[in-house]
Amino acid sequence: MANFYTDNPDLKHHLSHPLMEKIVALKERNYTQANEFDYAPQNFEDAMDNYDKVLEVVGEICGTTIAENAEDVDHQGPRVENNRVIYADGTQRNLDACRKAGLMGMAMPRRFGGLNFPITPYIMAADIVSRADTGFENLWGLQDCAETLYEFGNDDQRERYIPRVCAGETMSMDLTEPDAGSDLQSVMLRATEQPDGTWVLNGVKRFITNGDSDIHLVLARSEEGTRDGRGLSMFIYDKRNGGVDVRRIENKMGIKGSPTCELTYKNAKAELCGNRRMGLIKYVMALMNGARLGIAAQSVGVSEIAYREALAYAKERRQFGKSIIEFPAVSEMLAVMKAKLDASRTLLYECARYVDMYKVYEDILRERSLNPEERAEMKHYSKLADALTPLAKGLSSEYCNQNAYDCIQIHGGSGFMKDYACERIYRDARITSIYEGTTQLQVVAAIRHVTTGTYKTLIENYAAREVKPELQAVKDRLVKMTQMYVTAVEKVTTTNDSAYSDFMARRLVEMAGDIVMCYLLLDDANRNDSFTASLHVYANLVEAEICKHADFIAKVTPAEMEYYKKA
Amino acid sequence: MSLNIIVLAKQVPDTRNVGKDAMKEDGTINRAVLPAIFNPEDLNALEQALRLKDANPDSTVTLLTMGLPRAAEIIREAIYRGADTGIVLTDRVLGGADTLATSYSLAQAVKKISNYDIILGGRQAIDGDTAQVGPQIAEKLGLPQVTYAEEILDLADGHVTVKRRLENGVETVKAPLPCVVTVNGSAAECRPRNAKRLMKYKYAVSPSEVAKLSDEQKAFVEARPYLQLKEWGAAFVEADPEQVGMPGSPTKVKNVENVVFTAKESLRLENNDEQIENLIKELITNHTIG
Repeated sequence: MANFYTDNPDLKHHLSHPLMEKIVALKERNYTQANEFDYAPQNFEDAMDNYDKVLEVVGEICGTTIAENAEDVDHQGPRVENNRVIYADGTQRNLDACRKAGLMGMAMPRRFGGLNFPITPYIMAADIVSRADTGFENLWGLQDCAETLYEFGNDDQRERYIPRVCAGETMSMDLTEPDAGSDLQSVMLRATEQPDGTWVLNGVKRFITNGDSDIHLVLARSEEGTRDGRGLSMFIYDKRNGGVDVRRIENKMGIKGSPTCELTYKNAKAELCGNRRMGLIKYVMALMNGARLGIAAQSVGVSEIAYREALAYAKERRQFGKSIIEFPAVSEMLAVMKAKLDASRTLLYECARYVDMYKVYEDILRERSLNPEERAEMKHYSKLADALTPLAKGLSSEYCNQNAYDCIQIHGGSGFMKDYACERIYRDARITSIYEGTTQLQVVAAIRHVTTGTYKTLIENYAAREVKPELQAVKDRLVKMTQMYVTAVEKVTTTNDSAYSDFMARRLVEMAGDIVMCYLLLDDANRNDSFTASLHVYANLVEAEICKHADFIAKVTPAEMEYYKKA
Repeated sequence: MSLNIIVLAKQVPDTRNVGKDAMKEDGTINRAVLPAIFNPEDLNALEQALRLKDANPDSTVTLLTMGLPRAAEIIREAIYRGADTGIVLTDRVLGGADTLATSYSLAQAVKKISNYDIILGGRQAIDGDTAQVGPQIAEKLGLPQVTYAEEILDLADGHVTVKRRLENGVETVKAPLPCVVTVNGSAAECRPRNAKRLMKYKYAVSPSEVAKLSDEQKAFVEARPYLQLKEWGAAFVEADPEQVGMPGSPTKVKNVENVVFTAKESLRLENNDEQIENLIKELITNHTIG
């Protein structure tokens, strides 16, 4: 029986990162919950053993039920009957398995029925689920919304809703509308306050993943007459109250098992979550950051399955009297796929740990005040998480698309047929660089960390770490790459032309991301020899990329931008 | 309604992934090279038990297994999936048992449990493939038995209604409780291990396992009764020494050899004594048996 956790030792490597000891001690409040909850850990080793054992369950369900259902789910897909979504049979079985295994509300506190897992092992589960069925990761991963409900809802709302999520009810985040996609400030769904203090929602939402969920978080305009983000608030809509219908579901290229709904709200009763006017500017921004980390995990899962399918085929397929993996053109492709996979995965978990660090302090802050040292640490990690999240989402999603492309290429003509999993992987991959903010919008989120120097400082911290003598040469090259990055940033910022900065932003963000990922891989190889090959392959890959970008930035002047506007 | 449900289960070598060293020279199984697993059809039986418990939440599901002390592993496995508790029937004198001695020993343990409404077990174990233990236990306890069960459709008014999967179709039967039901591999797959139960019960141990713990760990288990699994011996279940283990096992393995199946014809017998007697005579005459 396949187990997608135990068959992949890279996962355990990332789970056992040195920073985990601190994260877990904070998350478990120095292991004081064991007296209150019989499933709470006694100490750090006990907690890590829990994560390991639960991830083994995740790996088993994914390797059997979910992976086995993936093809049927892709073919059958969900449907709408009487304005309600009916999942594909396989999707329903997947959800049942996850519910019975208690894998819903994994990161929620125990007092609400959750497992109180840090983000890092939770994100690892998302990585594993995505490898099994990328579309199903969406449904399962929407338990993220409970995090937002926990952070911004009041006690009463937490107590009423979070236990339901932990018991297996699904969620959705109803943000997008026909005229408000990337630009959420334009949301028009109308929220009207009733004399009794409740609210009703009226209007239309579009492209809502799992739009017929049990509990919705809805972005709506509560302030009549406003046009921008400051007139938007967040609401909780409970399906039990009725008022929201599914008008249709989209016919998509990929992730077909995940229903993407158009919703109509007709006097749908809802309750305000948090403060009025803070819906977009605070809550949805937090929600999106969590969701982006989720998409980064989903992307890594896609890269993993694409690599594995390609590798298996390359070993099995014989041409000219030998397995095609023996041809350098093929083995190089596979090595690069693995390097991109390893690079995006190491960035994913670095980012997840940073998110863990600041979120755990934010949570402690709900119980007591923080001392100056803790406060400084919270701010530090919050900034790093903010800097790495768009990198992880943007770059991992691009890599998984590249890996899905190469996976088909390695399959040759067979890959173009519907007979192999690779064509589904290719279609499923495509959305990752689009939803929860396109790669172009991730660049917009990341560029300020280029200009303010967050990445440079982070890279310098990585550079200060000692490495084994045999890895020193790679580190020296990274120091040179960093210099090229710094020079390129200087060129762009001193030009002092905002259009030119925007034009070059993608290149600068990619350079920063490449260097960060390469340093993280260096760290992995320093701890674990199994990453040495990927480190070298990746260093070669990104050095060439960085030279390319540096050259482009050095040569292309603001005046030349005119040529790019003629299309 | 609260039911007391016993699930019979066996820890078996994983014969589905057999290498060439899976069998020893003397024809017995080389347990050292095969991972020990929860017998697959016993998991199907456990799922049926857990569904009865889902429908009747006050019920208790007790796993009963006979084997080496390490069979406590499958009790934990069952508890992670939803069983309440378990008993390992283990004793040196029980070793080497054939199906007759095994069913006797297990029947004695069931008598010791005394309070039960239904006994479920897998149709057969993948190491011996006899499918005899479940039916023999029913005989020894004087209980009705339903074999090849695929689904328990209903349990009410002291009766259980069971769908059986047979060679040419399905049959639905009703039996009075208590009874023994052996479950087919075609029945619903067992639910996964539950994360919370896994974290709660991962330190559950049998007395033999407790003996190997540090003092600190012993104290930890002692303070938590739910972590204490039961372990019973032959004397505790009042088993007659002549009927257990080697002395109680008329089956003796003389020799094991690889057989390539060559028979092309099959013979269909009606369910009557005459035809069965004729077959036995024929098999004795051509030295297939005897």
